[in-house]
Amino acid sequence: MAVFSSTDSYIVSDELALAVNACVTLQKPLLLKGEPGTGKTRLAEELASALGAPLLQWQIKSTTKAQQGLYEYDAVSRLRDSQLGSDKVHDIANYIRPGKLWQAFTSDTRPVLLIDEIDKADIEFPNDLLHELDQMAFHVYETGEQIKAMQRPIVIITSNNEKELPDAFLRRCFFHYIRFPDEAMLRDIVNVHFPAIQSRLLTTALEVFFDVRETPNLKKKPSTSELLDWLKLLLAEDMSAEQLRDSQQKGGLMPMFGALLKHEQDIEMVEKLAFMSRRQGR
Amino acid sequence: MLVQFFECLRRYGLPCSITELLDLNAALEQQVVFADIDAFYTVARMIMVKDERHYDKFDRAFADYFAGVERVDIADAIPKDWLENALKRDLSQQDLEALQGEGDLERLLEKFKERLAEQQKRHQGGNKWIGTGGTSPFGAYGYNPEGIRIGQEGSHARRAVKVWDKREFKDFDDDATLDNRHMQLALRKLRRFARSGAALELDLAGTIRETSRQAGLLDLQWQAERHNAVKVLLFFDVGGSMDDYIMECQQLFSAARSEFKHLEFFYFHNCIYEGVWRDNRRRFDQQLLLFDLLHTYGSDYKVIIVGDATMGPYEIAYPGGSVEHWNEEPGAVWLQRLLDHYPKAVWLNPQPRDRWRYYQSIQLINEIMQGRMFRLSLDGVSDAIAHL
Repeated sequence: MAVFSSTDSYIVSDELALAVNACVTLQKPLLLKGEPGTGKTRLAEELASALGAPLLQWQIKSTTKAQQGLYEYDAVSRLRDSQLGSDKVHDIANYIRPGKLWQAFTSDTRPVLLIDEIDKADIEFPNDLLHELDQMAFHVYETGEQIKAMQRPIVIITSNNEKELPDAFLRRCFFHYIRFPDEAMLRDIVNVHFPAIQSRLLTTALEVFFDVRETPNLKKKPSTSELLDWLKLLLAEDMSAEQLRDSQQKGGLMPMFGALLKHEQDIEMVEKLAFMSRRQGR
Repeated sequence: MLVQFFECLRRYGLPCSITELLDLNAALEQQVVFADIDAFYTVARMIMVKDERHYDKFDRAFADYFAGVERVDIADAIPKDWLENALKRDLSQQDLEALQGEGDLERLLEKFKERLAEQQKRHQGGNKWIGTGGTSPFGAYGYNPEGIRIGQEGSHARRAVKVWDKREFKDFDDDATLDNRHMQLALRKLRRFARSGAALELDLAGTIRETSRQAGLLDLQWQAERHNAVKVLLFFDVGGSMDDYIMECQQLFSAARSEFKHLEFFYFHNCIYEGVWRDNRRRFDQQLLLFDLLHTYGSDYKVIIVGDATMGPYEIAYPGGSVEHWNEEPGAVWLQRLLDHYPKAVWLNPQPRDRWRYYQSIQLINEIMQGRMFRLSLDGVSDAIAHL
């Protein structure tokens, strides 16, 4: 079994790598939480490519039902077909559409199944998946079939903490909270994405970035993905470390602040703070 | 294997079950980790802990089990010599009644300063000096209905006018999900369903009507799903005398959390003043102005205030009466503003009803609430809901 670790395009902490490997070995779903933009979804993609496994991505929305992950019976088109006199009508299997779980269970190679943002769904959603995730099997009522996983897929579940997940569901998962990376690790991550970046520019940029993150009361703290976007813009503008430092000392907002700050109030607040720190003659 | 470790975790209040213990054993058997304490820590945490809120508990339990690290109690900091809980006086009911309040708040403060200047030594018992266990208005672990409390953790009488402890109150977590089903059922009465959002549900009546209009050719009609459209603002009194009722509050909190989609909750201490806060750890730097709150949430929100309303009458009626800060306007004014904006409001009081008449502050609040104060119990919640 291949062991998952940092790749040349994705940096993973030792803790997280260990957690992922334990889940792969013990065949349990892994529940990932963490600030938005810390690479929860990316992890599943990277894991799939590292293991050479197909990735099945099930994006959860507020209207998603557990049943849709198993299969959907398209009664409406069957009804239409019956009115139009089509022959397909006699076999109900023609109207059963397999969902992501079904696809994962019947896949030839052991796939990675990503259930993304499970907290977006209705409060009952995780409960409806208990048996399916535990036994990796379900029953199709319309045809009487039993779908059972030939090999248990690697299940990665992400959550942004918008809703509490039920205990019974949590019991069946392993849990890892992705902490926000420290500066050293952030440097590694940036270097993976922008190998050509000047280290002086990066140092200044990280300083500005951590300053912003420490501002109290921010509605949305910038995270790794925002930092990467921002650096990309800085590089595209050919900004030098001196220019960046200049604007930092003069007070006011950092260049391209739109990539870091996503709320109008946040922008105002950071601007105010920068103005105040300049007045204090920092 | 690891049963002791498991029990240690349970002792620290981690909600882990046998399933998790078996999982951990399986992980060790499969040699996911081998003779590496750091890796074991990561794996054990991943398997045993299902919420980052519990990471801290796990860390302490882990340290306790593996190193027997001594826990340092930061709380006992300064005046422990003076305020040792050595002398606990058992006061009879007559004694309590015989003690009379010192009256005016300012007089009390002045006296405190005076005596602090006069007094040099540690003092216990007695009825004048600042110390422990006495009936003087100043000090800890004693009883004087209008006393000033100094450096004391949890009072006996819970009536001190100034809390000097500056305690960080614990945030409620909504742990108590198991036994709050009844509470949820009571709250369920508050559900008002309204159709909103995308049309996803088959509208049967509409479909039949439209299909017949099309002479039998199927014409499906859809409608939006019904959602609970009630909006609720929940205010919690934290700390001080509310410590006794944490259990009840937790139940209400966790029931409300899962019942309402539009639920905002805030904390206050004793009485509502110009600011409330959402996070107890950030209570002093992240206050939300009540004016902002009134402007943010429309008057279609329903307000539930949870508090024991047991405090010095100054805290409601006079400017500057708050135990934690200087308030320009009395609590009654702020409470009235809140009520003017939100006509649908109730106060839930965890104190038993027959004790209400002994507290002047409860009567004051009940007057302001126009009698809409209810006991925090199943029946009380049902009654309160009926008023919303």
